[in-house]
Amino acid sequence: MKKFLISLILALCSSVVMAAGGGETLEQSGADLNDKASLQRGAKLFVNYCMGCHSLKYMRYSRVASDLDLSEEEVQRWLNFTGAKFGEPMLAAMKPEDATKWVGALAPDLSLTARVKLGGPDWIYTYLKSFYVDPARPLGWNNKLFPNASMPNPLWELQGIQVAEMGKDANGQPIVTHLQMSSPGTLSAEEYDRVARDLSNFLEYAAEPAALKRQAIGAYVVLFLAFLTFMAWMLKTEYWRDVH
Amino acid sequence: MNGFVSRQIDNAYSWVNERAPGATAWWNRHAGQYYAPKNFNFWYYFGSLAMLVFVNQILTGIWLTMNYKPTAAEAFDSVEYIMRDVEWGWLIRYMHSTGASMFFVVVYLHMFRGLIYGSYKKPRELIWTLGVVIFLVLMAEAFLGYVLPWGQMSYWGAQVITSLFGAIPVIGDPLVEFIRGDYLISDATLNRFFALHVIALPFVLAGLIYMHLMALHEVGSNNPDGVEIKKVKGPDGNPKDGIRFHPYYTVKDLFGASFFIMIAAFIIFFGPTMGGWFLEHDNFTAANPLVTPAHIKPVWYFTPYYAMLRAVPDKLLGVIIMGAATLIFFALPWLDRSEVKSIRYRGPITKVMITLFVLAFLVLGWLGTRSGAEAWEKPLAFWLTVYYFAFFFTMPIWSKIDKTKKVPDRVTYEH
Repeated sequence: MKKFLISLILALCSSVVMAAGGGETLEQSGADLNDKASLQRGAKLFVNYCMGCHSLKYMRYSRVASDLDLSEEEVQRWLNFTGAKFGEPMLAAMKPEDATKWVGALAPDLSLTARVKLGGPDWIYTYLKSFYVDPARPLGWNNKLFPNASMPNPLWELQGIQVAEMGKDANGQPIVTHLQMSSPGTLSAEEYDRVARDLSNFLEYAAEPAALKRQAIGAYVVLFLAFLTFMAWMLKTEYWRDVH
Repeated sequence: MNGFVSRQIDNAYSWVNERAPGATAWWNRHAGQYYAPKNFNFWYYFGSLAMLVFVNQILTGIWLTMNYKPTAAEAFDSVEYIMRDVEWGWLIRYMHSTGASMFFVVVYLHMFRGLIYGSYKKPRELIWTLGVVIFLVLMAEAFLGYVLPWGQMSYWGAQVITSLFGAIPVIGDPLVEFIRGDYLISDATLNRFFALHVIALPFVLAGLIYMHLMALHEVGSNNPDGVEIKKVKGPDGNPKDGIRFHPYYTVKDLFGASFFIMIAAFIIFFGPTMGGWFLEHDNFTAANPLVTPAHIKPVWYFTPYYAMLRAVPDKLLGVIIMGAATLIFFALPWLDRSEVKSIRYRGPITKVMITLFVLAFLVLGWLGTRSGAEAWEKPLAFWLTVYYFAFFFTMPIWSKIDKTKKVPDRVTYEH
């Protein structure tokens, strides 16, 4: 029985690892929900660089305030540029009907992106670092991780402009082999990595705000249940003394 | 004070007893004086655990319905509302979603126990067949529940599964329309699936579980030795190898339940999606009838049967194979011709056949999660399906010719 339990647990763990592995190689974002400063920076970056087009329709300003240790005043002043009320969700500045007119399609809501994409925050991190200039695309930008994405690089001023080195895959089709920085942005590579990490971190939080609480109380719940299991075992042993 | 309290309890007890004398008799029949074999091992936890999960699903389900909206326009949003704005809503939802997967974990293990210890053999055929009905209803219940969050996989999974009925000749297409209440999966479908998931099938399940237990208590439990404990009775008329269910097994199951809840809590609090196995990535995108996902697959507990469906080139034949693969469990008590119940006293053929059966089932399950794009996947699934059925169809032969050891008169129990 002991052997069985060990193998069961190992099988469960390995299945989790198996399911987490995606097709493309993703860079490790190092996103950490316990890093409040990073989440705060991520929130600020999000409203400044992403929320022009993308909404977080399930995320209320008030929830961000209480989860990220910000006051109502701070949130309304530094994070809310659309005039929304404190209890309202974080909707994009661009109206849906305008989006279709201006850029062809409504930018997707990003509330759950970190849960939809295999790799979660690592996918977002890698995506944000994979833009390159491609004159063939309508808006002049392409993405190595998500080829032919219709989105331009919103962070190009910070990151700089990357160009692609093209190669050929096994079937002779052209593919991007490597991205090269052609004109640097206002941030160094390390600083930009932090920007991408903060944004990924914030979007992971936005995808499941309950995760903060879940992980915080989980250890106590499991510890209590371990204690209960122990007590139940003692009780069982005591009762079963008279079974021969 | 103490005397007062116990006097009040005694009074209340006799008050009820005068008016419902059957209540005490009922309790004694099913717990207080119900004798179960004393040699239950690890595998005997899963029956009570299945009950525990059932209760969990009912309770968390009731609370979920308080905020869930069964309409195509609101369903997905209302689930996110539960996850974010309802106090402890996330916990209730994760308990329900983890419970769904854990239900199948314990039910599959419970069925495996029956398989290795011959718990379906005479005189327990009725218990087994009722159990198979529970298994089938549970699969329907799980499928219906999976549609409710109205994510992409909910929608397209429902589209695929309901379309299977279209393979039936003549009545196929009208039947699909009748089930969906529309030409495709829509608001009407979601609404009726909700009704079936929260009212109809839970009722049916509760009734079946009760019958399953009553049938069990008529003949008494089997055990890892497959020895009938009622054959050897003590001077008091009770089985010598039996112990009263209460308190011995209630306290033992309390331990099992605590341990199980601890494992479940670990999943709920630290990995509620189980890396995409319990809650799938694609189902965090709202249902979109215009966008077909690249790879539609069911949740892990259906994948062995899904792999069988895909292994057969013809759609109708695939549906028949898939249905037969679940229905064939009904025949098990009559396919097994061995003189002996438990695997402990059976020969090598049985052990090899059962091991291969479990492996085939697991590999089929794994194949069902894959896209099926690789050339080797289909033939592998095909031959494993062939083995799955061969296991049952040839059972009357191999169970008969396999060597058996002498079954002892009493159970083996080491203190």
